[in-house]
Amino acid sequence: MVENALTLNDLSVGYDGRSVLTGLNLTMPKGSSLALVGSNGSGKSTLLKTLAALLPAIKGSVEVLSDKPGRQPLRISYHCQFHPNSFLLPLRSIDVVRMARFPVRGFFGRLTKEDENIVRESLEYMNALELSEKPVNTLSGGQKQRVFLSHTLARNADFLLLDEPTAGLDVYGADLYEKLVLRLKTEGKTLLVATHSIREASQCDYVLLLASRVVAFGTPAKVLTPANILKTFGLVAQFSGTDLLVMDNHYGGVDQE
Amino acid sequence: MLNALAAGTLVAIACGIVGTFMVLRGLAFLGDALAHGVLPGVASALLWGFPGFLGASVSSLVMIAGITWVTKKSKLSSDTAIGLLFVGMLALGVVIVSHSQSFSGDLVKVLFGQFLGISHYDLLIQGSVTLFLALMAFVLRRPFLLLCFSEEQAQVSGYSAKLYHFLLLVMIALTVIVSFQTVGTLLVFGMLLAPAATSSFLSRQLGSMMIIASGFGIFSVYAGLLLSYHFNLSAGGCVVLVAVGIFFIVFIFSQRLRVEHFHG
Repeated sequence: MVENALTLNDLSVGYDGRSVLTGLNLTMPKGSSLALVGSNGSGKSTLLKTLAALLPAIKGSVEVLSDKPGRQPLRISYHCQFHPNSFLLPLRSIDVVRMARFPVRGFFGRLTKEDENIVRESLEYMNALELSEKPVNTLSGGQKQRVFLSHTLARNADFLLLDEPTAGLDVYGADLYEKLVLRLKTEGKTLLVATHSIREASQCDYVLLLASRVVAFGTPAKVLTPANILKTFGLVAQFSGTDLLVMDNHYGGVDQE
Repeated sequence: MLNALAAGTLVAIACGIVGTFMVLRGLAFLGDALAHGVLPGVASALLWGFPGFLGASVSSLVMIAGITWVTKKSKLSSDTAIGLLFVGMLALGVVIVSHSQSFSGDLVKVLFGQFLGISHYDLLIQGSVTLFLALMAFVLRRPFLLLCFSEEQAQVSGYSAKLYHFLLLVMIALTVIVSFQTVGTLLVFGMLLAPAATSSFLSRQLGSMMIIASGFGIFSVYAGLLLSYHFNLSAGGCVVLVAVGIFFIVFIFSQRLRVEHFHG
């Protein structure tokens, strides 16, 4: 039997006992990719944090790689939106990426040649090798994001939870990221990506549209329709011939129906 | 004088190691609060005839518990919680001191240290604690580094962010407790902060940062004690002044180098 990467049963997620997203039921096969799409405050990051064991589930059950969240740190990699400390960190970028190998080697194990190769490869994939020796606090926003993505990759995990991975990346960086997603998919990794970008979402096998509740779930072709996007964002833009049509939902993303 | 140099060297090493983590983790204000917040504990201990370090330990624990509790429960930012505990403990210290008439001599020692009054027994305790801190830093360097990068990354990597943050606070508190006798509660923070901040301009790696910070600390102790001896000035004050002076010299040079690098 194929191991499921994710199983959610009537899951509610939120902060301090208050739900921000309720009624989640889904199963995600290992090796698949799922995009969480929604506006700010729709519950994307909260769901990712719950899966990464940074927040407890409010209600329902959640299994990550057939276990409770947080039980398999070596198999999970999490890319969070903000690293407030890192803005001031005078440490070299390569050392920040090396930190991803710490849990693999424990408290005392030396980083091996294999670890160093993974670190270099991860930097190479994000075209950040030339930033290796630079302190993180001297990098631009986009450069930092590429180094942080390299850190996420260097864990070499089976399941990657990515919270707005292209935020702050320029067109070139976003292109690198797209190639990376393709590579990760061919390697059989499971991907869960929170994003605002419809283009990024359409790269994934499945899309979950969120607006404090599930708006739609399915393959991109089925789910990414103007009507669903209007329900999700409260706004949709579409080309009609040469004109750009923008429809506005005055409920501000949470469709009341 | 030899004891003073040895005690100063140990303070510099302990502060170089722990101060580096404090600077990387952005806990300078907390370090400052812990250093000054030990005053009521030390004052009470001296008043009731207990050893000063015992009172300092109790004060530190109250500070750590208080800051953690207020930050968690009130939704206030941690600097507000730290500030409140800091000023509250300082005020309590002042009240305790003002209550006792026969305290002024001891108070000066508590606030500004007594470099020249360190015994062999004090040195033994200081040496043991410094060794313990160095061992702790070595064993816990990986979770601490991840914590400095991102609490969330530490947690997802399987290292409890709360536990290791607490352990880091304990290390800062231990450094303050073991150092305040030498440099005083007012100035120990200078030794924690200045050499570590200076080394962060010069090194990009943890180990060398700690070694450079300890080196600047030791130099500050020697130069400060010499100044104090020749000009009959406060030993603790001179040591910390040298440490802060070095910081500004290195800072100005590193800025100029950066500008030249940019233009060249």
